[in-house]
Amino acid sequence: MAELELKNLYDNFRDGETIKAYAKIIAEDAKKLEKPINIMEVCGGHTHTIMKFGLPQLLPENVNFIHGPGCPVCIMPKERIDHAYVLSMQPNVILVTLGDMIKVPGSNGSLQDARAKGADVRFVYSPMECLKIAEENPDKTVIFFAIGFETTTPMTAVLVEQVIKLKVPNILFHINHVTVPEVMVELIDSRDVHVDSYNNQIDAFLGPSHVSVISGSKIYDKFPKDYGRPVVVTGFEPVDAMQGISMIIKQFVEKRCELEVQYKRVVNFEGNLKAQALIEKYFEKMSLFRWRGLGNVPDSGLKLREKYAAYDAEIKYKDVLPIAEIEDHKLCICGDILRGMAKPQECTIFGTACKPTTPIGSCMVSSEGACAAYYKYGNLI
Amino acid sequence: MTKTITIAHGNGGEENNELIKKIFYKHFENDILAKSEDAAVIEDGKLAFTTDSFTVSPLFFPGGDIGKLAVCGTCNDLAMMGAKPKYMTCSVIIEEGFSTRELDKIVKSMKVELEINGAIVVSGDTKVVPKGAVDKLFINTTGIGTIEHAGITASGLKEGMSILVSRDVGCHGATIFAAREGIELESGLQTDCASLYPEIKALMDAGIKIIALRDATRGGVSAVLNEWAKTSDVCVEVEEESIPVLDEVRGICEMLGFEAVDLANEGTFVLCVGKEDEVKALEVLQKTHSTSAVIATVTMQYVGRVLLNSSWGTKRFLDLPTGELLPRIC
Repeated sequence: MAELELKNLYDNFRDGETIKAYAKIIAEDAKKLEKPINIMEVCGGHTHTIMKFGLPQLLPENVNFIHGPGCPVCIMPKERIDHAYVLSMQPNVILVTLGDMIKVPGSNGSLQDARAKGADVRFVYSPMECLKIAEENPDKTVIFFAIGFETTTPMTAVLVEQVIKLKVPNILFHINHVTVPEVMVELIDSRDVHVDSYNNQIDAFLGPSHVSVISGSKIYDKFPKDYGRPVVVTGFEPVDAMQGISMIIKQFVEKRCELEVQYKRVVNFEGNLKAQALIEKYFEKMSLFRWRGLGNVPDSGLKLREKYAAYDAEIKYKDVLPIAEIEDHKLCICGDILRGMAKPQECTIFGTACKPTTPIGSCMVSSEGACAAYYKYGNLI
Repeated sequence: MTKTITIAHGNGGEENNELIKKIFYKHFENDILAKSEDAAVIEDGKLAFTTDSFTVSPLFFPGGDIGKLAVCGTCNDLAMMGAKPKYMTCSVIIEEGFSTRELDKIVKSMKVELEINGAIVVSGDTKVVPKGAVDKLFINTTGIGTIEHAGITASGLKEGMSILVSRDVGCHGATIFAAREGIELESGLQTDCASLYPEIKALMDAGIKIIALRDATRGGVSAVLNEWAKTSDVCVEVEEESIPVLDEVRGICEMLGFEAVDLANEGTFVLCVGKEDEVKALEVLQKTHSTSAVIATVTMQYVGRVLLNSSWGTKRFLDLPTGELLPRIC
């Protein structure tokens, strides 16, 4: 077999002519829409693609995006960031986490600040690196602060399995994994307390493809069936996104309401059963997980099963971990943005008090948040 | 300003600028410093003067080492003012226990690079500190050069001018990132670390009038273009497709969620010339690197901003990189 080069995975999916061709198809089909439609891209990766490649500039006025809550860093409530901070400050602890988690400020500061104060905070690309760190530092406790949706959960599960199998004595876990379908249900069902109505504006969903690589497209089956919202599982390159949008619009024009997969090159209905079994083996659902900007969402978080409590940093360090919930600033409207009731520019502190360097609300903290994407790329429609 | 200094304050982006302005410029304020060029122009425009410290880890990397970097970095800052590097100082801070042979290797590669620039080290200092006080070896170099092309300035951009890059961008940043602990990536990439004076001399010898010139080190090409747009009160309009990026660099960027234009370079410069010099300048640059290209035009569309045009007709701003570069999560 010829060697597959990395560029094969994205080159053709950024082709200007193909993108323009889809824009034309979408414009034609959108003329037939009976009313404007709002498509929620659930995932922060999609928000990033949509804004970075300027896709709203190619869409007709009656097709809008609602930027969803699918950025694992953005939705982490402050009290859990404080957990990471406090853990990193414990004697003989090395706190390990993924990517830009380390720059999100909690109430005492970010993990970067902790590091500047002498804490040993490290970021890794693969959680398996923890094994090496633990081996090199036998007199320290390595705490893996695990974050992410279904996409990253199996990597944590594999690490748990290795730690148990290899009897690694000095790795603990702080689990913050969350799941996508539960928060989608919450967005459709939730009552907005401010206006006392079920005022969400979501007509259809672009489903994140990498989540479905693990979980299959089956996790979205109920949305067209039970909630009347079409879902198209879509890839992350601009050609993917444009095709996914086009497929959604065609469903409306043809009066269909279905689950479809645009990202057929990887996603199937069942997903990666081995990864699912691993997740099932080590994790169980938390009855409630508090999402920053959205509040408590039933069954949306995971924790280590009771059997593995010995590896749970949240239990082992429970005496030092803060428990009080911390609300965001009163002026922050991230909850409304995540429900599709407001755009970032409508927020009075957007771009002034709240910037990527000094984020106040969840949508600004990571480059995948809606506000951060608007701030970074401008909204040049 | 935040209460404590974080890694982000040294990234060449927004936080770095804030630190320099609010602390150093505040106390050191003077007209020469205020110009904030790569090197200070002193003695009535005859000399360029600059300094730089080097703390790179790992000390040896594909395509270079800290010694080569320490000479290139300072000489390039001089070259970016149209100056020929002449005299340098070299200070080293060494952690106790450091290998003598490695030190010798590093100083040897400094010598090779000095010869390329035609410069000599005329003064120096050595300090040895207890284990843990520095990470193996830090080097500071200061350089003086004689100015051969006057009037190069970040504030000289005018509508209609052309902007070029001297080669494909992001190699150094991508190489260092791939070699970092915690990121297990294998690649055949090499840093672009190189002395730039010979290329600048070739441009001058060809009679090209250089308007602005800057090596795209920390903060990458984005930082240079943003600074020029702000200082000159113009809009820099970039054709995204024309930015040369190696497949390997793009691959690393895609995996980690970076943009090549945000990554550091150590031997890549950005050049602004009048439209009439564009073709000739490109010809000269391509003799050294076939990947050099015209990437942008100066316009007045969004003054003070850098605009990126895609091949499918959309626009977005290219912002100054902020914060520490961190790989994306999924």
